[in-house]
Amino acid sequence: MATLWLGLGVLRDPNVFSGLGPTASKLGQALLALTLGVGGIWALFYAGNVIVESLPGRATAFLRPYLFVLPAVVVVGVYLVYPTVGTVVESFSDVPEGADPLTNYRAAFSNADVLQAIRNNLIWLLVAPAVSVGIGLAFAALVDRIRREAVAKAFVFLPLAVSFVGASVIWRFMYAWKPAGQPQIGVLNAIWVSAGGVLVDLGILAEVEPVAWLQVIPWNTLALIAIMVWLQVGLAMVILSAAIKGVPPELTEAARIDGASELQSFFRITVPSIRGSILTVYTTIAIAVLKIFDIIFVTTGGNFDTSVVAVRMYQEMFRFRNFGQATTMAVILLIAVLPIMLINIRNLRRQGIGA
Amino acid sequence: MTTATTKLKAARGHHAGWLVKLTVLLIVAVWTIPSLGLLTNSFRTSVDSSTTGWWTSLINPVSTEWTLANYNRVLTSGGLFDALINSLIVTIPSTIIPITLAAFAAFGFAWLKFRGRSLLFGLMVGLIVVPLQLALVPMLQIYQSAGLTGSFLGIWLAHTGFGLPLAVFLLYNFISQLPKDIFESAYIDGASPFTAFTRLVLPLSVPALASFAILQFLWVWNDFLVSLVFLGTSSNVAVLTIELASIVGSRGEAFHLLTAAAFVSMVIPLIVFLALQRYFVRGLLAGSVKG
Repeated sequence: MATLWLGLGVLRDPNVFSGLGPTASKLGQALLALTLGVGGIWALFYAGNVIVESLPGRATAFLRPYLFVLPAVVVVGVYLVYPTVGTVVESFSDVPEGADPLTNYRAAFSNADVLQAIRNNLIWLLVAPAVSVGIGLAFAALVDRIRREAVAKAFVFLPLAVSFVGASVIWRFMYAWKPAGQPQIGVLNAIWVSAGGVLVDLGILAEVEPVAWLQVIPWNTLALIAIMVWLQVGLAMVILSAAIKGVPPELTEAARIDGASELQSFFRITVPSIRGSILTVYTTIAIAVLKIFDIIFVTTGGNFDTSVVAVRMYQEMFRFRNFGQATTMAVILLIAVLPIMLINIRNLRRQGIGA
Repeated sequence: MTTATTKLKAARGHHAGWLVKLTVLLIVAVWTIPSLGLLTNSFRTSVDSSTTGWWTSLINPVSTEWTLANYNRVLTSGGLFDALINSLIVTIPSTIIPITLAAFAAFGFAWLKFRGRSLLFGLMVGLIVVPLQLALVPMLQIYQSAGLTGSFLGIWLAHTGFGLPLAVFLLYNFISQLPKDIFESAYIDGASPFTAFTRLVLPLSVPALASFAILQFLWVWNDFLVSLVFLGTSSNVAVLTIELASIVGSRGEAFHLLTAAAFVSMVIPLIVFLALQRYFVRGLLAGSVKG
């Protein structure tokens, strides 16, 4: 353990391998880190086992189960239990001497920026999960009928491997803006300006201006939500497509024989049979949306009225150094996430997944 | 698409009309165009990218000046190559350490008897509901006083802690369903639980281990917030997402390199994703509760 600690201490100094030149030094550092990180954890378990097995019989029998479960329990205790309790406590206690414990919450709910952030989270919550599930469900149902289904699905599925940061970069180029008169380099403005140009020629519109999509309130929040939808439809599609294929064809056929149209049999038979999966996808995306951070932080930094609670929390931590307010934001997030999480778990249990 | 499923579709009366085909095509196009634009721009000169739409190059591919300069610049100068290595240094142990801890714990909870078992297991799985934002402030305070901010050890342990409840949950569901006989015959042959675990349980659990591995790998590789808070932005530790975000913020000369940098950051997760898609879908279905 001491050797491990020492070795990891070495890792903090990036110059250990500098004699080898920058690239070799970086690769040497990587190799050392991987050996220590991956080998270290196995060495610890192995050493623990040798120690436990060498003890007198009764001690071995008593300690053995803890060798298996305690490492995980301790790590979770340190990284989740302690800080969660700490966060809740700090949100009430990190107030000026003698002040009311609710000071942080009063300050939060009377701060226009915080209220704006909460309002934006609500807009995200209303729009993103519903639109993602809607498009995912429609696509899963339609693609079920075409040839080359797998290829078509792959295109919608791939964004799932892209980071929120990467997706934000991709969409910056979709939303790019150039002053009127210059050629537009963003797809959205190119379409907007040329389609608008036709309307101007027809005399329907007086003039058309390119739009800075990420700066114009309130469209910018919807533009950011579109990035999330682009990322999450793949998830919805995969889960709902598997669910649709699990609906017995006899059910929909019977409905068709009874004279239901295809659309009716979809909404009256297929959708109700897969509502468990729909709820799972909806709640999963809703939870992700409440905690949304990366997309806003990277694109607008929370400016132009686009901030959300998680971004606000980061700013309280690092820009304002106000840990009391930051923990209050975290507790607001927890309170928002908990009910959805409970619905999610109950739903999973009903479907027979889970402990 | 095999002929069997095609026939099945025909038998089920699923003839795709033009409206269905058109809608599918439209969605596929909308989902592809953003990435296609970025990919195209990454092979164009900086002047072209900033003055004309990327689609003009696809319309006139012959008269376009295609270039690898962006990739060349990105990988040789600047911090992106280092960030790629840093991402590997962060992601591989941050995947393997929680899997190891979780597999041991899942086996213990499923097959060993000890006091406090159901209490500890309930606590472990219940923590899935806690958003990681709840951990940030107290852990940052500990890290700052222990000098762990900006260290790889610190970020490995952070990702391990945040990933463990889901990992234990998924692996427990699998390991607890293994047949009882295999352990009993191993114990009769004199094997210790440790041996039974490493020789029998781990090899049999590969599908479950792979499902969680790919979820955690993609999650850590694509993570931004945990790295930003605990690892930071200094170039000797910054991971790809951090480096990419800092190029976005720079707006200066590096800005046209953004396209190539973004693709470099996506290569490895895309490979992992495509290679292990089967396991990924299974993990998604089981693990859609991640906090």
